[in-house]
Amino acid sequence: MNSSALPTVSRPGFLARRRRAYYIFAVPALFVVGAVIIFPWLFTVWMSAFDWRIGSVAHFVGLENYVKLATNQRFLESIVHTFYFTLLAVIFPLILGTAAALIFHREFPFRGVLRGVFTMPMMATPVAVALVWTMMFHPQQGVLNYLLSLIGLPPSLWVYSQTLVIPSLVLVEVWHWTPLVMLIVLGGLAALPTEPYESAKLDGATEWQLFRYITLPLLAPFLIVAAVIRTIDALKAFDTIYVISQGGPGTASETINLYLYLQAFAFYNVGNASAVVVVFFVIILALALVLLHVREKTKWV
Amino acid sequence: MRRKLRKLAFALSVVVIVSPAILVFLWMFSLSLKNEVDNLAYPPVFVPSPPTLANFVQVFSENSMGLYFWNSVVVSGLATLVALAVGIPAGYGIARANAHKLTVLILIARMTPALSYLIPLFTVFQLLGLNNTLTALVITHLVITVPIVVYIMAGHFETLPRELEEAAQIDGANVWTVFRFVALPLARPGIIVGTILAFIFSWNNFVFGAVLAGRATRTLPAAVYNVLTFEQLAWGPLAAAAIVVTLPVLLLTIVIQKEIVVGLTHGGVKGG
Repeated sequence: MNSSALPTVSRPGFLARRRRAYYIFAVPALFVVGAVIIFPWLFTVWMSAFDWRIGSVAHFVGLENYVKLATNQRFLESIVHTFYFTLLAVIFPLILGTAAALIFHREFPFRGVLRGVFTMPMMATPVAVALVWTMMFHPQQGVLNYLLSLIGLPPSLWVYSQTLVIPSLVLVEVWHWTPLVMLIVLGGLAALPTEPYESAKLDGATEWQLFRYITLPLLAPFLIVAAVIRTIDALKAFDTIYVISQGGPGTASETINLYLYLQAFAFYNVGNASAVVVVFFVIILALALVLLHVREKTKWV
Repeated sequence: MRRKLRKLAFALSVVVIVSPAILVFLWMFSLSLKNEVDNLAYPPVFVPSPPTLANFVQVFSENSMGLYFWNSVVVSGLATLVALAVGIPAGYGIARANAHKLTVLILIARMTPALSYLIPLFTVFQLLGLNNTLTALVITHLVITVPIVVYIMAGHFETLPRELEEAAQIDGANVWTVFRFVALPLARPGIIVGTILAFIFSWNNFVFGAVLAGRATRTLPAAVYNVLTFEQLAWGPLAAAAIVVTLPVLLLTIVIQKEIVVGLTHGGVKGG
């Protein structure tokens, strides 16, 4: 990293001075980050210790907001919904994204164009996409039920069903974010060495064996990175759920984020909402750390 | 024969994996170009015949789509400009001082749900009387744009060779001159990727506009949800509005596809 083998070494203090000069470049950004990122973090923790509703006087209540959350059935259920959604919204994009990466790693006509098309969902505005999916999910006039009928399946209630709403929302999430996993894994495939394959082929390994015992282990670090990113994003999912189901029917698809939104901007109960944010952040951080720990531990797969 | 079969199977898998991406967009266009009778027909009418632009005309004439579009341009444009002004030097400083702890801060910011910034900022804007203003929206969108630009620029400056900068320093140029006249011109590709990604993720943001904006200051995604879904439930205009929101982004994506891929895979930055 440090490529400055300059005469600087002979002048003590020069390097330190130069480093300080570089830090000055970051000062305006730190000011902005402090105002819009760090201040909100601290202010959230502060607010979480108050019975604070927009428009009325705030009272200090200590940890009461947290204690109440621990017994709040609706909040606890929202955690379960979030985990269920996240589990599905990590596993399916990982499998499909890896499959897509293996396909796009090969040479074939129009590969560049098709890869461009494949990555389009990821950049599309979530609200716009969610509106189209809402129309597609419609039980009577929706195109999805028509497609089901073509292959002889009965119509589904999709997001209007208590049990199917989360899997249906996951379907949108998978459509939206599989491309990101594909790009990460594709980057991994491009970095693979060729020698292990040559010697394995000489030994008569089948294509499945090549994938299982050479490609997969070598890809593991990239898969973990994809899993971490996917986990964080799935936990944070909001736009599509809010537009398509608003957490319903009932509270069947109410995730932590949706519960949070209602508390803060429908009931203006910012004290309680802030406590939810703190708990939510701890959950995200814990899951990310667990996954990164897995990355440290596994050198196999 | 077996080779041919394998080729066919591969072609089929390409079709299977790519078609969901394209079909949803085609369906969006189809809905936007049909009249309401065809849109609600069962079995569905797939190809608009004849296609009509009436939905687009209706969306623009009955709502202030022009205004919302302009709001989005102003908010995302200004938030991106501010992010570039503070983020490019910051990226340079981080790369040259090896201050990687600062990028960890950015990563933690990436992990925090957008809503959790919104609650404290909303409360403060309420106290300052800034709610329903574009200023509040621009400030909030910095939450998205600044981390993206800093992260991409820090990564980009690290890949640039230091020899030129060191040569200039030996010739007596100060740190600022080196940055302005040596490093900055070389950083153009990184700046382009950072600008476009910051703009796109700011443009796509829904919840900031939905909460902070008033009727006249809504950004496009918030307007499409708040205004259209409640005031007109017709599918054609809704699909047309969805296209107006997302088409600029899709066009940008196609134009600089390669650069975006590089920018995104380099740590998987995503706003909000």
